[in-house]
Amino acid sequence: MVCEEQKKMLCRLQEMEFVAIELNLYLDTHPCDEEAINDYNCAVKMIKRLTKEYEEAYGPLMHFGMGGFSKEPWQWVEEPWPWEM
Amino acid sequence: MWIYEKKLERPMRVSRPDVAFAKLVITQYGGPDGELSASLRYLNQRYSMPTGQAKALLTDIGTEELAHMEMIATLVYKLTEGADPCDFQKAGWGGQYTQHDHGMFWTDANGVPWTAKYIACLGDPITDLTEDMAAEQKARTTYEHLIEQTCDPLVKDSLRFLWEREVVHFQRFGEMLNDVQGFMCEHKWTGEDMKKG
Repeated sequence: MVCEEQKKMLCRLQEMEFVAIELNLYLDTHPCDEEAINDYNCAVKMIKRLTKEYEEAYGPLMHFGMGGFSKEPWQWVEEPWPWEM
Repeated sequence: MWIYEKKLERPMRVSRPDVAFAKLVITQYGGPDGELSASLRYLNQRYSMPTGQAKALLTDIGTEELAHMEMIATLVYKLTEGADPCDFQKAGWGGQYTQHDHGMFWTDANGVPWTAKYIACLGDPITDLTEDMAAEQKARTTYEHLIEQTCDPLVKDSLRFLWEREVVHFQRFGEMLNDVQGFMCEHKWTGEDMKKG
């Protein structure tokens, strides 16, 4: 079962990643907008912090060495998967 | 290289299972204007784009569309959760249960399987970006048709997010089309010149 705290942490991460996606697409067509680059870099900082907090509590969010460390046993296989939440 | 993130781009929620609506929403999984078509169309067109910006935009939107395909699969998963063969039959989707049970399969709302014919790549950046803008509008319209056909406020909310993304993508592709047109005017670009480097 997914606890409310896990959902809440994930939701904050999803919100900040949405900010980054929007700025990323905007910057692809406005690469000289300094203010947007600054906002993007701020979002990156927040995402790094939120991801670290989430992964320490619930295991890696990404595979192939790109996510956080795993505790034992191997946390990547833990359910629920995203479509089950 | 692609890396999987063990989360959706945004939560997808339903109030209750609704197999009849799952039968309709599956078109955004494997229909002509669905998310599989969108992601493959954009990722595949990258190789004939002339600028770093265009290559980046197709990479980024193509990747976001893969995330949307997973969100649509999640909707179908939740709309059919716990449904028995009788529920599928009553919803007019007995064919799905017969061939796939609760498994996911790429078809449109009429059961027509996905085909590469849904996507185009002419290798001409103006042609391909124009195709992408049309594709975003077709996806937007399909989401509107779907939103009109459900009374579930959570499903409407989930679909509205995806609807809104089509509007943003259309805007970005339009900006990129202008940019690439400017680039080609400056460089007197033709396919042959580009191949010569």
